[in-house]
Amino acid sequence: MAVYRSVDELIGGTPTLDVSRLSPNPSVRLYAKLEGHNPTGSVKDRVALAMLDQAEAEGRLQPGSVIIEPSSGNTGIALAMLGQRRGYVVKIVLPGNVTAERRQMLEIYGAEIISSPAEQGSNGAVRRALELADANPDWTMLYQYGNEANPQVHYRTTGPEIVADVGDITHFIAGLGTSGTLLGVGRYLKEHVPGVQVWAVEPPAGEQVEGLRSLDEGYVPPIFENWGGADLLDRKMIVRPRESIEATRMLATEGVFSGISGGAALAGARKAAAAVDGGVIVFVVSDHGWKYLSVGAWTDDLEVAAANADGVIYF
Amino acid sequence: MPVTVRLPTVLRPHANGQSKVDAEGSTVAEAVSWLVGQFPAIAPNLLAPDGSLHRFVNVYVNDEDVRYLSQMDTALADGDELSILPAVAGG
Repeated sequence: MAVYRSVDELIGGTPTLDVSRLSPNPSVRLYAKLEGHNPTGSVKDRVALAMLDQAEAEGRLQPGSVIIEPSSGNTGIALAMLGQRRGYVVKIVLPGNVTAERRQMLEIYGAEIISSPAEQGSNGAVRRALELADANPDWTMLYQYGNEANPQVHYRTTGPEIVADVGDITHFIAGLGTSGTLLGVGRYLKEHVPGVQVWAVEPPAGEQVEGLRSLDEGYVPPIFENWGGADLLDRKMIVRPRESIEATRMLATEGVFSGISGGAALAGARKAAAAVDGGVIVFVVSDHGWKYLSVGAWTDDLEVAAANADGVIYF
Repeated sequence: MPVTVRLPTVLRPHANGQSKVDAEGSTVAEAVSWLVGQFPAIAPNLLAPDGSLHRFVNVYVNDEDVRYLSQMDTALADGDELSILPAVAGG
């Protein structure tokens, strides 16, 4: 083990764990890419670091600069931690319906929280942050949903790590939030692994956004369109909270303390495994479980935990 | 083919407040046109002027997004469930 000079160097290079005992098909191997091993406990450390480095290289940030960013939690936490160390003021627009732990972690790293309406979900946070960035031209919005550095860092790091560790991968499965992981890893895999399939899982964000006035207030991240997401993905499916939590608990039996979206990814991986004759499936556990203790994901009755998770944003 | 359609909160006012309605169709397009026939006020929310799905709307058959199946031509079986949801970000 080396001694690292800064926490930045601890980002990425995450381990992959064989969890094939959770495969419903003995001819299909299941591998979990453990992004919770990043310093703030999520895959978003990669994205936050890449966006900060790029903005600095472009001269968009100076000591004392104010950064504004919409986030359902993980990107905000990563930006807060890395940004504070570099001397920036970090303001995160956070929907009201995230877990209490996310709010606490933002506070630990000194971020200012600007709340957006719970009933508009992440879409409302994006809208509010765009308004604030417009009204305050001296603030810098890194805008994970539209920043090329987001998918690029996955193309440059996460994708090559997966090919190096699991050269015979047949399916890649990850949660769809900004779409950065799926786009960057997906493009890298399709260029390097013939025939590989890329599947997205997402939560059923229906009741969470009941404050949307019309479906025109839906939101597709600009990076998804710029990177040809619709052509890159082979399948996209909803995984409901009950199934996500059941799978999150399965991961714990293999020693993986995962967030709920990692459970959703495992649920998608198990569906893929049941549908094919053989293969090697890599799915992304995008964060650690610590931020979901308050929804009772492991400790409450399954139905109660699923009902609790129905009201929070976990992607 | 009898199927069920789950409506998002924003469309329910156009369907007498119902969250689930019974519909008929052997493809997604047929079920959607059945739905729009019953509740015409849904149409401008759901469909672009050319009749394709609005870009911020996702339609799922048994939780699979039809854009990655056969789009509006995706076949339906007896008892299938269609879900209509707004596209939502995360992160």
